[in-house]
Amino acid sequence: MADKHHETPMLDELEKGPWPSFVSGIKRLRDNHEDERIRKVANSLLGQLEHSYETRKGYWKGGTVSVFGYGGGIIPRFSEVADAFPESKEFHTLRVQPPPANYYTTDMLRKLGDSWEKWGSGLQTFHGQTGNIMFIGTTTENTQHFFDEINDYGWDLGGAGPCVRTAMSCVGSARCEMSCANEHAIHRHLVNNFTDDVHRPALPYKFKFKVSGCPNDCQNSIERSDFAVIGTWRDDMKVDQDEVKAYVAKKGREYIIENVVNRCPTAALCLNDDDTLTVNNKDCVRCMHCLNVMPKALSPGDDRGVTILIGGKRTLKIGDLMGTVVVPFKKLETEEDYESLVELAEEIIDFWAENGLEHERCGEMIERIGLVNFLEGIGVEVDPHMVNNPRQSSYVRMDGWDEEAEKWFQRKAEEKAAAGA
Amino acid sequence: MAMADMREPIESGCPDGFQYMHPVMRKNFGQWKYHDDPQPGVLRHVAHSGDEIYTVKAGTQRILDIFTLRKLCEIGDEYADGYIRFTIRSNIEFIVADEAKVQPLIDALTEAGFVVGGTKNSVTSLSHTQGWLHCDIPGTDASGVVKSMMDELIDEFKAWNMPNRVHITTSCCQINCGGQGDIAINVQHTKPPKINHDLVSNVCERPSVVARCPVAAIRPALVDGKPSLEVDEKKCICCGACFPPCPPMQINDAEHTKLSIWVGGNHSNARGKPTFQKLVASGIPNNPPRWPEATAIVKNILKTYKEDAKDWERINDWIERIGWPRFFEKTGLPFTKFHIDNWRGARASLNASTHIRF
Repeated sequence: MADKHHETPMLDELEKGPWPSFVSGIKRLRDNHEDERIRKVANSLLGQLEHSYETRKGYWKGGTVSVFGYGGGIIPRFSEVADAFPESKEFHTLRVQPPPANYYTTDMLRKLGDSWEKWGSGLQTFHGQTGNIMFIGTTTENTQHFFDEINDYGWDLGGAGPCVRTAMSCVGSARCEMSCANEHAIHRHLVNNFTDDVHRPALPYKFKFKVSGCPNDCQNSIERSDFAVIGTWRDDMKVDQDEVKAYVAKKGREYIIENVVNRCPTAALCLNDDDTLTVNNKDCVRCMHCLNVMPKALSPGDDRGVTILIGGKRTLKIGDLMGTVVVPFKKLETEEDYESLVELAEEIIDFWAENGLEHERCGEMIERIGLVNFLEGIGVEVDPHMVNNPRQSSYVRMDGWDEEAEKWFQRKAEEKAAAGA
Repeated sequence: MAMADMREPIESGCPDGFQYMHPVMRKNFGQWKYHDDPQPGVLRHVAHSGDEIYTVKAGTQRILDIFTLRKLCEIGDEYADGYIRFTIRSNIEFIVADEAKVQPLIDALTEAGFVVGGTKNSVTSLSHTQGWLHCDIPGTDASGVVKSMMDELIDEFKAWNMPNRVHITTSCCQINCGGQGDIAINVQHTKPPKINHDLVSNVCERPSVVARCPVAAIRPALVDGKPSLEVDEKKCICCGACFPPCPPMQINDAEHTKLSIWVGGNHSNARGKPTFQKLVASGIPNNPPRWPEATAIVKNILKTYKEDAKDWERINDWIERIGWPRFFEKTGLPFTKFHIDNWRGARASLNASTHIRF
């Protein structure tokens, strides 16, 4: 192979050391791949990356590339230094939606890799920060070919730009004893209801769904998603007292008191003299700590559902925001339950599409207009679970107090009647 | 190609994951009883049915070339059951039903250069963004930072030495599409954008750029007779929000783009409510190819945490117990005026009490 290689003295430093090296991987494509096109692209990419390392600047610019029928899903990249590194001058990424919780067979991974080797650079990432499979690096023309091929065997593009984005779910009920939800059903009901909004960006900004099966929230959904769905339970947690005793016997009383009982944020646990555990389930906030320490002894209850928080996001523009509880508890058992979940998402996205400013995330809109205006906009009643504490400022007009109080009593009466029925 | 020849997309959206799931997981979906941890990098889950499933977790370079992907598949077929998944931090997990396969699988992965670990109270792999390899606005690289740091932290990935799990993340611009966790290494620009006034009016939709600024520091202006934008440099917080919609407003700078380190971000609701990370160090040089200064600070924080925190305390729990003054004392990091927040809501971060640890 007589290809002339760009010198990469800085990147070569990243081939040293015990952790797997992405530089060595790209070099393997450059040196060992049978297809000259891939060898040349890899060489050019390494050259441009080395140039970035030398100058501490990036040299990719965006543009407009999509596949026929869609407006998004591709991250277009054109090189600003294409004269020096021409073989990777068009280096677009396709964002492809993985299944919930990122399960694959090796056969399917190989098939995807084969298709990408045919049409792209031979470089891929599982997964990007939004949650997509990232097929990194191809030309505008081959973008369409690659999409056509994988779309035929079941894969579709994710979101890019101001649209509903690819969703993410934790490992969930498929493998985790803590999960209180069917992440797969939630994830696919939600995101697949909005395929038009995924593929044709027309919203104020991005909108992300993330699903975690329990309050450990392994998907960072409260911090990172506009619509966080988190599994929880509302009856008593399950306690296997024999297993509690086994933990005490193994770790010692002091360890269990120090690491389980004393860490409970609401002092809801008591280790009794006979080494059994008493749980005050009314005070328990389902934080998961004691279950995490003693997974064999403690389990979520049976009356399971989800908590929904709205408006989480990262820094741009007004600073980091956590999501806010909008639905404290919702059962997800019947098809009607799932339909009402999807309807809530539709209400929220519609209201935000109407009222959000350009480039304003849903949480920023809520910050600007206030939670109450948002709740009234989407038709959700106020609830004390939505706040850490009631208002502490008296600067508010409250001449509708009696009517609002009446609404509360009426709702409580209806709930009581429904529970009795 | 004529429009009539173009293929219509099949809008299938997110695919069904059950078809790719290990049969034992499919069978026991929602019926798992508990798990334990036979050794670092290995999980054993036990179902109410009595079925068991083993998971072997390994760190990768994340940007996978086709040879590496095929190698992982080969190992998955020969030593596991052909079923895998990826974690949120791009670790690969091989799912096997038979305990006898676990050790040969670990050996095969190790032999091929992958690193088994990242479970329980380890330092798991850094999650990262795209950086210079592919992003259009990056202040630094991402894959290179991760490679450099994981080379240094590999023993912590392979062991259970930490008080609780540690999630480290990076972000290569201040939009921070990554960059949240127990320790976050994020870009911090320190100078206003440099504007190429010849290009602004042709390239940028000026009202959108003005609206994008978090502190209203950008205004339309005529510069040398050309319509452009100008920045009030006294107001500018150097966040770079104007750069994506207006590439002629270059925010990245070889010298003045720095790294900051933030700690105590915690996604979980366990014990306390979720927390965002807080600034602890900045002014760190953006120093490719190995970013030794940033790695040294991360290692110092990890060492202090490891020595001082109690079992099950994440970094935020630990600092909540010992207090921020002691965190700075123990790590030797300087506390500056930049650590005191002045953004909206900042008052909530001030100490309005006599709670002081002496």
